[in-house]
Amino acid sequence: MFEYDFMRSAFAAATIVAVVSGCVGYFLVLRGQTFAGHALSHVGFTGATGAVLIGVSPLWGLVAVTVLGGIVMGSLGERLQQRDVAIGMVLSAALGLGLLFLHFFTAYASQATALLFGNVMGVDAATLWSLLALGVLSLAGLAVIARPLIFATLQPELAEARGVNLRALSVLFLAIVALAVAECAQIVGVLLVFTLMVGPAATAQRLTARLGRGLVLATALALAEAWGGIALSYVTDWPSTFWITALSTAIYLAALARK
Amino acid sequence: MNAIELSGVTLRLGGRDVLHHVSLTLPEGGFVGVLGPNGAGKTTLMRALLGLVPPHAGRIAVLGAPARRGNPAIGYMPQTRTTTAPALRGRDFVAAAVNGERWGMPRLGPDAQREIDRVLDLVGAATLADRPLGDLSGGERQRLLLAQALLGHPRLLLLDEPLMSLDPHRQAVVVSLVHDLQRSLGLTVLFSAHDLNPLLGVMDQVLYLGGGHAALGPVADVITGPVLSRLYGSAIEVIRLGERIFVLSGDGQLGLEGHCHV
Repeated sequence: MFEYDFMRSAFAAATIVAVVSGCVGYFLVLRGQTFAGHALSHVGFTGATGAVLIGVSPLWGLVAVTVLGGIVMGSLGERLQQRDVAIGMVLSAALGLGLLFLHFFTAYASQATALLFGNVMGVDAATLWSLLALGVLSLAGLAVIARPLIFATLQPELAEARGVNLRALSVLFLAIVALAVAECAQIVGVLLVFTLMVGPAATAQRLTARLGRGLVLATALALAEAWGGIALSYVTDWPSTFWITALSTAIYLAALARK
Repeated sequence: MNAIELSGVTLRLGGRDVLHHVSLTLPEGGFVGVLGPNGAGKTTLMRALLGLVPPHAGRIAVLGAPARRGNPAIGYMPQTRTTTAPALRGRDFVAAAVNGERWGMPRLGPDAQREIDRVLDLVGAATLADRPLGDLSGGERQRLLLAQALLGHPRLLLLDEPLMSLDPHRQAVVVSLVHDLQRSLGLTVLFSAHDLNPLLGVMDQVLYLGGGHAALGPVADVITGPVLSRLYGSAIEVIRLGERIFVLSGDGQLGLEGHCHV
């Protein structure tokens, strides 16, 4: 299957995205902020469709809006935690707006499907380079904040007393999550970002109690699921996103059953 | 040197004076029980010593220097709430606090590993630390929090309600552990609690907070009817029964605002 250009691009894109999703997702699950990741992807849909409407690449619309959303959510901080209803309303409003943008841009029905469910086989060289740049940026950001982020996640009061700025850290982290979400949406679509960001990380935390190993395992699982999904898609001609979600769910359930 | 000096300190929280014009001096090296009803300012005082709550008026000095955030001479054990990451093993939880305020990747060199081993041994949690946090009992988790507070050789320990939600037996275990550490390491310990009885044998002094005021001194001097009546602004009776102390409000009702030393 590697004789085709689009398959090589698909595997390259999946590799970049899986590494980013596995690492960032591990911290997302550790912090109990998985809902934030979900919310950002939905808001991103509006950004992507809005970008298409004004003739910009959907990836950049997605990046711009998710990063903005991440910064806003981070700066609202704890005030956002008990606001399920408010977040839900903003999410549905965002998705509805995204639908309206699509309505005005009726020419590409497949564009909507690609945004919602991903289209890894359609990744071109330019997108690949963008994914690589964004991936490097988010992982570099994560490397810079990792230590205080872990401290603030596990012991916020103590971290604050030792001089950690919890609010700034939360904003930076959600901005990094937003980049990861935008990347991930290219492979599995905005509706299924959970499958690569949360699935592998949650499985890893079931399988090991060690932080370092958990991070490596989450990344390895994300890679295995993304690669496996694309390979199975090639063989069966079923959508790769389906196979990735199927693998992610099956591996999580297997980890549950193991205990 | 004095561990803590407050001069004319007012701590204001949400428009209310939690402490009003309090002055006191606490010399270094001693076990101090911080007592008082809910909302009396036990946690706020600790946060002020850590530099997290700037005084509305007055000056706070800790170990001879103005209170500031990130003072490595202070070890702090916040009031425990829910465990964030129950799947994580205890050792990694403790390790998160080693240089945790510095940017970058968490890399633990041999020095850091030795420091983690040292504090885990001090609280007798070397074997506990390999188990996930979610599998530990409340008392076992308290040990890990205490180990974390001891990282970096602090001289002053601020322990916020370490006995909360522990049964009497485990309370006694935690109190004697902290007392042993206080003596062997020559620490100053501020130990806040709801009930003074578990701390009676070990306290060198008691710091009683109430009604915006504070009283500091040996138990026999502070836990008396006249002193507590002045703090509460109403008649308080103190009854000593064997080795226990009961604090009663003047109208004969047991307990004060849900606070009763039984």
